[in-house]
Amino acid sequence: MPLIKNGKFADDNWVLVGDDDELPTDTPVIVSAARWQAERDALIGRNAPLGVKLEAGEAPELIADDLDRLQLVAVNFPAFKDGRGFSYASLLRDRYGFDGEVRAVGEVLRDQWSLMVRCGFDAFDVADGTKIDAFQEALGEFSHVYQATGDGKKTVWQLRHGG
Amino acid sequence: MAQHTNKRATTQAVTANRLLDGEVVYFTADGSWSDWLKDADVADGKEACAALLAKTEPSVAAQQVVEPYLFEVAVEDGAIVPASVREKIRMAGPTIRLDLGKQAASA
Amino acid sequence: MYRYDEFDHRLVKERVTQFRGQVERRLAGDITEDQFKPLRLMNGVYLQLHAYMLRVAVPYGTLSGSQMHMLADIATKYDKGYGHFTTRQNIQYNWPALSDIPAILDDLASVEMHAIQTSGNCIRNVTSDQYAGAAAGEVDDPRIWSEIIRQWSTFHPEFTFLPRKFKFAVCGMNEDRAAIRFHDIGIEVVKGKDDAPAFDIYVGGGQGRTPMIGHLIGAAVPAVDLIAYLESIMRVYNMNGRRDNLYKARIKILVHALGAEEMKRQVEEEFVHVKEKGVVHLPEEEIARIRAYFAPPAYETLPDESSALNEAMADNKKFADWVKTNVAEHKVDGYAIANVSLKPIGGVAGDASDDQMHVMADLAAQYSFDELRVTHEQNIVLAHVKKDDLFALWQGLEKAALGTPNLALITDHIVCPGLDYCALANARSIPISQEIAERFNDLDRQHNIGELKVKISGCINACGHHHVGHIGILGVDKKGTEFYQISLGGSADENASIGDILGPAFTEDEIADAIETIVETYINIRQEGERFIDTYARVGKEPFKETLYATH
Repeated sequence: MPLIKNGKFADDNWVLVGDDDELPTDTPVIVSAARWQAERDALIGRNAPLGVKLEAGEAPELIADDLDRLQLVAVNFPAFKDGRGFSYASLLRDRYGFDGEVRAVGEVLRDQWSLMVRCGFDAFDVADGTKIDAFQEALGEFSHVYQATGDGKKTVWQLRHGG
Repeated sequence: MAQHTNKRATTQAVTANRLLDGEVVYFTADGSWSDWLKDADVADGKEACAALLAKTEPSVAAQQVVEPYLFEVAVEDGAIVPASVREKIRMAGPTIRLDLGKQAASA
Repeated sequence: MYRYDEFDHRLVKERVTQFRGQVERRLAGDITEDQFKPLRLMNGVYLQLHAYMLRVAVPYGTLSGSQMHMLADIATKYDKGYGHFTTRQNIQYNWPALSDIPAILDDLASVEMHAIQTSGNCIRNVTSDQYAGAAAGEVDDPRIWSEIIRQWSTFHPEFTFLPRKFKFAVCGMNEDRAAIRFHDIGIEVVKGKDDAPAFDIYVGGGQGRTPMIGHLIGAAVPAVDLIAYLESIMRVYNMNGRRDNLYKARIKILVHALGAEEMKRQVEEEFVHVKEKGVVHLPEEEIARIRAYFAPPAYETLPDESSALNEAMADNKKFADWVKTNVAEHKVDGYAIANVSLKPIGGVAGDASDDQMHVMADLAAQYSFDELRVTHEQNIVLAHVKKDDLFALWQGLEKAALGTPNLALITDHIVCPGLDYCALANARSIPISQEIAERFNDLDRQHNIGELKVKISGCINACGHHHVGHIGILGVDKKGTEFYQISLGGSADENASIGDILGPAFTEDEIADAIETIVETYINIRQEGERFIDTYARVGKEPFKETLYATH
């Protein structure tokens, strides 16, 4: 699947590895939270970047203590209506201070991108044929925001009062 | 919308709403959509009904209609009559505003 | 009332542009109906039995005369000349074309209105007390806080794909006209430290298939913490609300499963973290800025007694009848709160024609500082009318069939659209309301009965609030025939209660007789001064079951 990272198409160097698959040695891998917990030491011992994929229902508290070992957290949206991932990304950034890649995977609608960016997602698996213009357009649809998130964007309330 | 479908119904027609304006429409034998139930194609038996519903897929893909579904009808004196109160109301219009809906238009 | 600044204007305009693009992508086949549905729902667009339905937001039920004029114009231009006022203080149009909706939204935006988040699994319209700013004893105008919550909840990036819809209600005093205990979050403004406004926060109330009364989770939460507290509740819900079963996805189910204590614990734990971060911030200046929009209107200094009013009442019985039920006390001498009933006998409860909307708008401009309120019981309020002007106001209302003198009487019903309009319904509700209203048309009889709130739903989703009716009626489908089940003793106010089902359901032919039997039973056993709901609280359902099912 094409990957958009920081607003541009990017090569995806990461490999999603199944729970029972062999771990490639020098490749950045993404494993499930379950595998992370089962094989933590072996995974840390590797000499390559490491990512964990959170399913809906797996809150980031599961991996909060280990975030300094990870370069990527992928958050799965099993259905676009399942909005748990928005909270997961918010917590990863604001609560746990994670500054690696937070990637949205699964069923993600164009109309969710700008909300996801505000929650801290910086990478997106997108459908084949997606144009980068569409991404930029989606992000630019709203000039202002009412809510504060960790992205530091000034809210309408702040702009009104010079905050 | 198909939540009110009677699973044991045998004689059925297909209805949907037109995408552009939401108008209730009925699937005809020539594969088009009519505003009027009298033009609807009626199928008998599980297989024929499933086949009828399947014929509407191109209309959905072509953005003509939304959510087609089967509903039970009876044919009485040559006229197609919906079996359920719901589809009777859907065919005619609100019972408390006889000046609105299809019931108000000349056929 | 609140007025948009450049920021509010731009957001609404950009939303219309966004929706226009979404409609274009849908019509071009770039997105499927499944993908389009949540997007159109978040712009208030439903697909109903006969056509699309557009639900326009009336934030906390307050609107200006020019906004009401525009709602009328939309009914004329794009619909069939009428609109329906709802139990969430919004207005619904039953016949718009999808292709017209972007233009409708443009028209709405021109008068600072929209259809944002009036449907979908997101935070919906914040509803409030229709007597806000006018009733004596108010701690603070709840609309100030409703407006703050409205802004905070609009396009919230984290909470736009919740397990299910989410409804807020705010009231500004203990007397609760906003049914806060039956909302996902219900807020009562109370006096906090140094008498500053603070908030009692109830969570997990609701009706639908499983009616529940909200639990007090936060007591006297200070204003500076309000948004952080609400964020905490929303996050706990977003992460833990059920996603596997549509009918068990509301926050009330989560509160019920965890227990109120555990819910409170989780919220407060989250709240500690949210406060630590300091990102969520409600500036004092913003509270003050919004408060200024709800400053009292320029009241005249008047004596409390109005000889003009007294004389008119003495001269005109019809007018006197209307004053008796539809006029409520105002906190300012010489003023009154006027209730406009949208429940004419034999009409459709909550509907108003475009002409009627224009009349109400003109009357509001003339007699009530150009402001109207929609009530959750589907009536309209003109909140600041000089007592001296009540007669002229009433005459204007009467001419437009808006003078029905039945507020809170047995012919003033909450009714959902039911099977006449709604794709979810199992039975028709409006004809039942009409039959009952016609049966009890005699005004003397209505006055003898006194306050009796009848609420009618056409299916178990309870949009007609039947669970909190003094008499509640639920339409069901039994083998293809519509039947009506009666419950008694529900109440949506601060004495919150869920009605008790009486017994087997009745047919359409039987239901009005059944209501008569219940009413007669009440008349026979009531004590001095007891309203129906008071008698029911004293005697319970047995006497009513007895008389109702004795002859069956």
